[in-house]
Amino acid sequence: MSYTVSFERMNELIQSLQSNYKIFAPVRFEKRGRYSDTDMVRYANISCVEEIVHDEKSDFSPKEVVFPVTQAILYFTESEFMESRVHDKKILIFLRSCDIHGIRRLDNMFLRNGNVADFYYKRLREKVKFVLMECHDGWDTCFCVSMGSNETSDYSMAVRFHDDSLEIDVKDEEFEPMFGKEAQSDFTPEFVKQNAITVKIPDIRDKDTLHEVYNLPLWQSYNSRCQSCGACNAVCITCSCFTTTDVVYSENGRMGERRRVWASCQHEDFTAMAGGHRFRTTPGERLRFRALHKVYDYRQRFKTEQMCVGCGRCDDRCPEFISFSAMINRLSEEVDKLNEVKSK
Amino acid sequence: MNGLLVHETRANHNEMIPTAHEVLGVVRETETEFTLRVKTDAEVHHGQFFQISLPKVGEVPISVSAIEDGFVEFTIRSVGKVTGELLRIRKGDRLFLRGPYGNSFPIHQFRGKDLVIIAGGTGVSPVRSTLRYFYQHRGEVPSLHFIAGFKDDNSVLFREDLELFRQRFDTIYSLDHDKVPGFEVGFVTEHVKQITFTDFSDYNVVIVGPPVMMHYVALECLKEGASEDKMWVSFERKMSCAIGKCGHCKIDETYVCLDGPVFNYSVAKSLLD
Ligand SMILES: Cc1cc2nc3c(=O)[nH]c(=O)nc-3n(C[C@H](O)[C@H](O)[C@H](O)COP(=O)(O)OP(=O)(O)OC[C@H]3O[C@@H](n4cnc5c(N)ncnc54)[C@H](O)[C@@H]3O)c2cc1C
Ligand code: FES
Repeated sequence: MSYTVSFERMNELIQSLQSNYKIFAPVRFEKRGRYSDTDMVRYANISCVEEIVHDEKSDFSPKEVVFPVTQAILYFTESEFMESRVHDKKILIFLRSCDIHGIRRLDNMFLRNGNVADFYYKRLREKVKFVLMECHDGWDTCFCVSMGSNETSDYSMAVRFHDDSLEIDVKDEEFEPMFGKEAQSDFTPEFVKQNAITVKIPDIRDKDTLHEVYNLPLWQSYNSRCQSCGACNAVCITCSCFTTTDVVYSENGRMGERRRVWASCQHEDFTAMAGGHRFRTTPGERLRFRALHKVYDYRQRFKTEQMCVGCGRCDDRCPEFISFSAMINRLSEEVDKLNEVKSK
Repeated sequence: MNGLLVHETRANHNEMIPTAHEVLGVVRETETEFTLRVKTDAEVHHGQFFQISLPKVGEVPISVSAIEDGFVEFTIRSVGKVTGELLRIRKGDRLFLRGPYGNSFPIHQFRGKDLVIIAGGTGVSPVRSTLRYFYQHRGEVPSLHFIAGFKDDNSVLFREDLELFRQRFDTIYSLDHDKVPGFEVGFVTEHVKQITFTDFSDYNVVIVGPPVMMHYVALECLKEGASEDKMWVSFERKMSCAIGKCGHCKIDETYVCLDGPVFNYSVAKSLLD
């Protein structure tokens, strides 16, 4: 059923939900943006609707709700390891269709790659229910339509924001009783139908072509621009890499934690092994690694759609204005040329 | 709607928690390398590895260098934080382990066929358990050629085992430059031509060592007539989880911790970092 709910009433509902739920949504952090005098929008706990930034794209994705930037996984003394604890609340996330698809990609990485599910991801992920934020046109760096992530029916509730009310489509029986007294509406979420940018996934048909793709001059052309800062990884909803390290609480301390921290495949030391042996030593090679993971490797591994969901945050965030969508389109053109030569 | 499909049998199992194991003995191999014998009843296959943990210091992947009843051995080169600290472990101490992880050498495929094992430096360690197995079950392969190379006399590992292996295998031991009795001089690549692959009716070749060594030995074997799909290598990559989550060991669509560390050469040669 769908309803029209005033902000005031919605805030009461949020308050009652808070006894069982942590509610996450995009929130404005003033003057914390990329440039001076700009704000940053990122996911945080909310307690009223007015806090939700629904008319801008968030700079960071909601992945940190299920995959925190840093996370204690084990506590230790000298003789023992103990599992870290997690809060006992359930989780509601306000997010767009692209990000719901993105979290499904993370599910593949954390729950299905290998034969054990990741304990830490799973214990947060199982708590999560989605509140879809309707998205009309996207923004100028979005290409969700090309990636097939513009639409979804994978949500518990969906919302459309008006000035002081919202329309809400409630699909989850758990929440239905809360809205019993509200005015019904015929709202169903609409989806982005077209983006300013279209992106073509490269049609890499065999290992031979993949080899040729590795050696394209295209990659090295980024060497002078890419700073290997890893900002693209940090904002990406589908980047799931991390590094595990031990941290001791005080200098001569016996207690500490084993901690998981987001890692970036763009950083030079991502593959560094003892003895100094490294792979992918140029920025171009590392960009290639990331690009192919997003549009090829993941798809091959899981026999499913590509990893990238087209949120465009990497393009928004890159200090060198490197455009991922342009890179993929350039790649597709090159692959088309390779395929054409082969078919002759 | 929000159903999570998880391919898992042990629903709430936390794979990241290591368990304590007693160290039964320590053997100093060289100035920087040592072998730890660790008590465990885990079912381990030749070529697999464990994550060894020291609280406060960290966790590192280490191959098993021996698999016996009630214990495994690890041979470790001290190169950094964790491996440096492991050097201080003594008999009777406890060590934290999780694993074993990764695939293994296909011993069942090796049976009944001639076997060639070529290893360099610390690469001898991951093949040692396979060698010990066939030493004890010599009848399972018609012949076993073992070529081992070390930098110099000071870096020779497993001296006792090497002497035993001489008795039951066709061995060539070689040092890069040093002239020492019992050892040839030169790189392992230079000795590959002594193996006549064409005389074997069927065979397997295992090559383990530093990346450059594996590359050139493989090329040399191919030159001598070995075929790609009968050759096996073992890869090392940076690892931070060993269960397919952290992404560090990824090469194209392959995860070394899950799909390796052992690869058939026909697959390995086309892995693109
Ligand atoms: C499957 C597998 C099996 C293995 N088996 C064995 C084995 O049987 N025996 C064995 O000894 N080792 C083995 N290793 C290697 C072993 O895991 C590493 O030597 C170990 O992780 C090093 O950890 P550390 O904490 O001692 O070193 P660290 O202090 O972590 O030092 C190594 C790290 O520091 C950095 N680093 C160090 N030196 C340099 C440099 N010169 N340039 C740039 N960066 C550098 C890198 O980030 C590197 O990861 C194996 C590895 C794998 C993946
Ligand atoms: S070691 Fe983490 S994915 Fe392989």
